[in-house]
Order: sequence, then C-alpha cells, then structure tokens
Amino acid sequence: MSYFVVGYYAMLIGASCVAAYYSQRQVFLLLFSLTLVSFIVGIVGGVPALTFITTAAGALALAAGTSYAFREFLVLITPPSISRELKAAPLTASFGMFVILTYAIAGIFAPIMAPYGESEVIAGAFAPADENMLLGADQLGRDIFSRLIYGARNTVGLALLATLLAFFIGAIGGLLAATKGGFLDQLLGRTADVIMSVPSLIFALLMLSIFGTDLAVIVIVVAIIYAPRVFRLARAVAGNVVVMDYIEAAKLRGEGTGYLIRKEILPNSTAPLIAEFGLEFCFVFLLIAGLSFLGLGIQPPTADWGSMVRENATLISFGDITPLIPAAAIALLTVAVNFVVDWMLYRSSGLKD
Amino acid sequence: MTKNKDVLLEINDLRIEAFSDEEWFEIVHGVDLTLHRGEVLGLIGESGAGKSTIGLAAMGFARDGCRISGGTIEFDGMELTTTSKADRRALRGSRIAYVAQSAAASFNPSHRIIDQHTEAPVHYRIQKRLEAQEDAMELYRRLRLPNPTEIGFRYPHQVSGGQLQRAMTAMAMACRPDLIIFDEPTTALDVTTQIEVLAAIRDIVDQFNTAAIYITHDLAVVAQMADRIKVLLKGEEVEEASTDQMLESPQEDYTKSLWAVRSFKSPQKLRPGGDAKPIISVQNIEAAYGPVKVLEDVSFDIYPGMTVAVVGESGSGKSTAARCITGLLPPKSGQILFEGEPLPPGYKSRSKDQLRQIQMIYQMADTALNPKVQIGEIIGRPAKFYSGLSGNKLKSRVDELLDLIELEPSQYYNRYPPELSGGQKQRVGIARALAANPKFIICDEVTSALDQLVAEGILRLLDELQKEFNLAYMFITHDLATVRSIADEVVVMQKGRVIEQGPKEEMFTPPHHPYTDLLLSSVPEMDPNWLSTVLDERGVDNIGDAVTMAIETESSGGLDGNQS
Repeated sequence: MSYFVVGYYAMLIGASCVAAYYSQRQVFLLLFSLTLVSFIVGIVGGVPALTFITTAAGALALAAGTSYAFREFLVLITPPSISRELKAAPLTASFGMFVILTYAIAGIFAPIMAPYGESEVIAGAFAPADENMLLGADQLGRDIFSRLIYGARNTVGLALLATLLAFFIGAIGGLLAATKGGFLDQLLGRTADVIMSVPSLIFALLMLSIFGTDLAVIVIVVAIIYAPRVFRLARAVAGNVVVMDYIEAAKLRGEGTGYLIRKEILPNSTAPLIAEFGLEFCFVFLLIAGLSFLGLGIQPPTADWGSMVRENATLISFGDITPLIPAAAIALLTVAVNFVVDWMLYRSSGLKD
Repeated sequence: MTKNKDVLLEINDLRIEAFSDEEWFEIVHGVDLTLHRGEVLGLIGESGAGKSTIGLAAMGFARDGCRISGGTIEFDGMELTTTSKADRRALRGSRIAYVAQSAAASFNPSHRIIDQHTEAPVHYRIQKRLEAQEDAMELYRRLRLPNPTEIGFRYPHQVSGGQLQRAMTAMAMACRPDLIIFDEPTTALDVTTQIEVLAAIRDIVDQFNTAAIYITHDLAVVAQMADRIKVLLKGEEVEEASTDQMLESPQEDYTKSLWAVRSFKSPQKLRPGGDAKPIISVQNIEAAYGPVKVLEDVSFDIYPGMTVAVVGESGSGKSTAARCITGLLPPKSGQILFEGEPLPPGYKSRSKDQLRQIQMIYQMADTALNPKVQIGEIIGRPAKFYSGLSGNKLKSRVDELLDLIELEPSQYYNRYPPELSGGQKQRVGIARALAANPKFIICDEVTSALDQLVAEGILRLLDELQKEFNLAYMFITHDLATVRSIADEVVVMQKGRVIEQGPKEEMFTPPHHPYTDLLLSSVPEMDPNWLSTVLDERGVDNIGDAVTMAIETESSGGLDGNQS
C-alpha cells in the first residue's frame, strides 16, 4: 500500500474528527461520508480512483478559493453601494464573474496573449502537444491554444453583438407595445408570434442559405430570432409598470411616449431585463456555435469554437480529447453566465427578504 | 349565564426582533398583556406600532423575518414560546383563530366558502363534514347573513365584501375557539358595511363567551368593541385602561393627541356672490367603462378657493367623475367647463396649459411616485415641463416647494421615494401637484391610507396651501370625518348619480336624503354606546346592505314618480 493511500485516509479521518470536535455538522457529514465512499471506491478502483477524487476535490477547492478571493477583491474595489450587494453574493456568482472576466480579457487581448496567429500554420497536421504548443495542432497544423483564444474574441463577440441587437429590438418593441397598446400592440405581438412559431435553427439555416454567411447577416438573423422572447418579457414587465399611478400622473402632465419609456418605465423594468440578458446570451451563444458546427456560421479560417469542434471531430475516434476543449470552453462560459444570472434573478425577485 | 372569567392569555415582557440590513433589531420592546375569558381587548396605535405583530405573537407565531426573542406567552396554562411547532399548530384554528383585514384576499377564490369553513373542524376531527356544514349554516344564520343555508355554497367573489368578512368571522368560530384575533377586520369596508360586520362580531363574541383581541387604528370602532383598550406606540405600551376610563380621561399625552385628532376644522367658506364663474363646472356628464354605465347625469360646480367633498361608498362613481375631469375617461355626453371654457374631453387633446391647471393627488403615495426617481427630480419635472425652468432656477423652485411641504430641502432632495414614510410620500405628491402652479387640484382619498395623526397633518397642510394660493380642491373621500374638517361644499353620490349637494352646514343638518342619512349615521362615534344606540334605532335587520337596497328601490321609485 502506497504512502498516498495511507495519507489520503489519514487526512480525511483527521479532518472529520476536527470537524466533529468543533461541531461543524455540515462539514463533518461531508468529510465522513466522503471517507466511507472512498473505502468502497478505493477497493473497486484502486489508487487511480482515489487520485481522481483528490484531483477533483482539489480543483473544486481551488475554484472555491478563487471565487472567494475574487469576491473579496471586488468588494474592495467597488463603491459601498455595490459592495454591499457583492458581500451577500454566493460563491457561485463570483465564480461566474471570474470566468466571464477571464474570457473577456482573453477576447480583448487575443493578439497579445496568443503565442501564434489565428490562421498561422506552424506544425504538421494533428501534431501532438509539446513545449511550443500547449494543446497540440489541428487538422491543418495550426496551434489549437492560439485559436482557442481568438475563438473567445470571435464567438463571444459575435454572440454579444447579436444579443445586444436582439435586446435593442425586443425591449424597444415591448416597451412601446405596453405603453401605446391598441393596434401597435397587436401588430408587434402577432409579428413576434409568427417569428416564434418557426423553429429557430431551421429559420436560421434558411436565412443564412438565402443571404449568405456574412457576419452581419448572422448577427441580424440571430437577433431577429431572439428578439420576440425579449419582446414578450419586456411587454409583460412594462405592462405591470404602466398601470401605476405615477405613469398616469406623467401622462396627465402631457409627457410624450419617449419620456414615459425612458424615465418612468425603463428604470422600473431593468432588473428582469438584465437577468434575461444573461440567459438569452447563453442561448444565442449556443445557437451561433451550433451554426458554426453545421458550417453555416463563422467561416474559416476565422477561429471559432463551434467549427473547431467540427474540424477536429475525427480525433475523437482515436481517443484524444483535444476537440472537446472548445466544447468545454463553451460549456464553462454558459455555466458561468448562468451562475451570475441566477444570482441576479434572486436579487430582482425579492426572495432575499 | 354565568361566565368563566379565568385568565386565558398572559403575555409577559414580550420582545420581538425583525431582520433587516443583515442584523436583528427589536420592534416590540417588552409588552405585557393579560386577557380573561370572554373579554375583548382593543389594541390601537399607528402603523408600525407593532399591533399586528403582537396579535400574531399571541398565537405563538412570528412572521417571516421576525422572531420572538424574549418574554413568555402563556395560553391557558401552555407556554407557547417553548412548545413544539406541532403543538402550536394544533392550537391554531382550533383554539385560537385569526380574522384578517382583507377577507377577499384571505379566502381561496377557487373553493366554495363552506368548504373552506369546514376544513378546520374536519381536520381536527371535531365534527364530521356534514355536521360541520350544518354548524356553518347555523353560524351564518346567527351572523345574519342572507340565505344562511345557501350562501356557503357560493364562491368568495359571489358575495359582497361585508358578507365575506362575516363569513370569515363565522369560519373563525367554526371550532369554537377560546380566542379570536381580529386584525383590522373592517378597515377595508365602507362605513355602511362596516356597521353590520361590527354588530355581527360583537354578537357572536358575546354569545360564545369568546375572548378576542381587536386590532385597529380606528378609535371609534375600538370603543364599540372592546372592554379594555391598550394603546401602543413604536412597540411599547403607552397605557391600558377600561374603555370608559380611556375615553373619558386618557392619562398620557400621546393618547390625548390620538383622541384629539378630529378636532381640526377649517372655517366654512361660501360661494362668491355676483357673477363669479366656477373654476370647474361639470354639466350633465355620463360615462361608461365599455357597456357598463358608471355615471349618469352628474353635475356640480367648484368655485375658486373652495373645497368640494365628493362622498359615497366604493362603486358610487366618485373616482370616475375625477377621471372625467382629468380627461382620462372622456365622458359619453355632457361637458366640463374650466373657467367657463369647455375642456376637450380627452387629455390628449388638451393644451399644455389646460393640463397644468388641473392636477391630481393620489390615494396610494407608493404607486403615485416613481420609486426609481429622486425626490428633487419628481418635483422638479412639472416645473421644468411647464415653465421651462432649468439649472439654478429649477433648483431654487424645488427647494421652495420642499419648504412648502415642510420637508428640509437639503435632506430630501436626493432621496428616493421608498426611503420616505407614508406621510412624507404624500407630501411629495402634493408638492408635485403644486409644482405645476395649478388652480384646481383633485385629491383622491389622499388621507385614507394614512394614520390619523399623519392624515391630520396632511389636511392642515392642504388647508394652508389653499389659503396661500387660492386653490380649489375636489376632495374625494368616503370618510365623513374628513369632510367635516375640510369641506366647504358636499356632493353625495350613489350608484353613479348625484343624490344631494350643497354647503357643508346644510348637509350636516337634517332633513337628509335617506342615503345621506344612512352614510352619516353609519360613521362610528367615540361614544361606547353608539353601536347599541344605532342598532336600537334602526333595528338589527336594518343595517348595511339591506338598507342600502331599500333606499335604492325607494329613490328610483321616487324618480319614476317625478317623471310621470
């Protein structure tokens, strides 16, 4: 029996005892049940299984530590009004914010950070990882790590642009429909219904086949697909606001629609709209990645996570996980955004009281 | 009948804490309370005094975000602060019952009334379902609900507000509890309906020798119901005494100020003689929401510098008349003159100046002020919009307005409405109306959501502003005490028609239209024998809905007679 196994059990049992001594019920239950599970896993899977558990627990602890440190850092650098909210934020939210920040830095400073160019061929096809290439080369011999960094810029940037456009169209439409009512409300509402009744992927494929796969076309098509959802939310939220007496007071004052929307309705509907923004961003992001995977999204040689998965898909049959890395990058960002959105939803729903 | 007078509930040094801004702070600071069997204790105080919190604590219950942090609550020999949750739950509904303020919000709209009534006795296995139903009908009969055998099989929305509140009282009696807690059971009702609920509650509490805690902010109501009165202020007891003693000789200054609230009275002004034009003249307007007619042939005049009170129960068309004047609801026929000039029916077709002259103050200051806009901006906007002020001029105008409503400008300029108290919010609403420099202001139930002391302050402020700027007010209210204190003329409305109008002094001296008479005599007075006297005069079956119906048929018959 190796020292590792002995140390592993000794540490778990020791930590359980310490937790029990200081009557930390939750921690004790977690540690001790992990010890018991490890006995079984250790017998069945041997040392590699225990190593895996250790690595996973270490990664989790590292993530938690990073989140904690990042939250404290944010609390320190933000003004008091925001830092009070941040102090109460769960670790998952600060983890999400940390990941989003990392992606943003990677995207913005891609040319500086990436060791090689986006479409620079530096090695043979499918060259394995070495000290020059962190993750090896793709089917044309380009550095996967560099393309991953550039991909953050392209895919995330495109998704952000499309989501912003969708929100611009949807929110303005929804607020107008709620404020004006009547014919305009019906017209916008039914238009939204028509767009929503067509399956989004098929609609996108159709439009991209007709108008070509220009970046501008992708952004507009995706924005049109997602605008109706924003429209419906904005209209529902604003619908609750326009019945308030202060809106009536403003109308009686003779204020125009522009002032009503900008000053009276919008400030009272931002919270749910921001939460929805995060959620929609994930969907848009996945749709664009999916389109790229199908070959109709961002076109080569531009680096993009969706098409990177497709281009290197053959490697999976050889048991190599390299093509899954861009997929994991997509998954991580989606999870991170959702963590942050969950926290925002929780705040805006008033559950905190 | 000999009544058992043991101590039923004893609360000692009760302390309750609430959680806010991540720390606990005390909201009830050591209140003692003793309640004997068959006794009714009135708890009064302004909002935030802890009345409801103490009422709930008597059941061993604290709202979410609150906790009972000290003291003892002994109910019939059982210590509620230390008993298990399950034991406490077994008490509630069977031995302690609770009647909430809004019966409409407390009944489940998708179950029939009697099914909700029988739930508790069946759950506690006191009665079988059918027995419980029969018992419910018996209670309905005792509470003088119409058609006692049938009414329980209706859904909550199919009966009137007063009937629903009585059905809820019946439900509380279902298990013949030892203690009922009434939390403002009549606050949301019209005066004419309130009286029938009060009579019903008093009877049934008396018949079953039930102890009750009656929570309210209305002194006149509590004087009718309670044997003893306890006055609370900010979670502390001010004083406690028997009802008679409390009414005759209150000891503490705070209690005296509560008693004196209704003393404010502005001198009556008369219409200017000669050919003075009314500022607003409503002429024969008719209005409808879709096919439903709500106003019929309504006419009244309002002269500069005068206050016209429009009174009537809910649904009588008072607020609709205001909506017609502001142009939110264009009338179907008839017209509204402003200083002799006809106003366009819809607000969209009125000029900026016409809009400026007519301002409105709302009942609920919470929904009338945008919570995301600073006070300075809320008040400044009309000034900027109508008179084009900006920069320093605008700032000084806002400061001037804040001074007028007695709020310190430097302190309130940058604050948001949710940070203010109810009275302060209402003052900001007044300042917003004043910022437009109007000649006419519609006050829609401006004081009904406020505590009495605060409401009186608002009335005084409105009165001072009227003198200073020669404003005309249309004062919509259902509270006749407010009418008495501020009105110069009164318009009484019922079912969308004006049934009587004239100067205040005339309106408050007989003879009245029967409906006016009903409204006047239904307003509770501070005399503890008032309810008994009224009931003796009118007869037990001649209150509330029944008499309203009677007057309605009578007056419509009268109109027919005139026409023929």
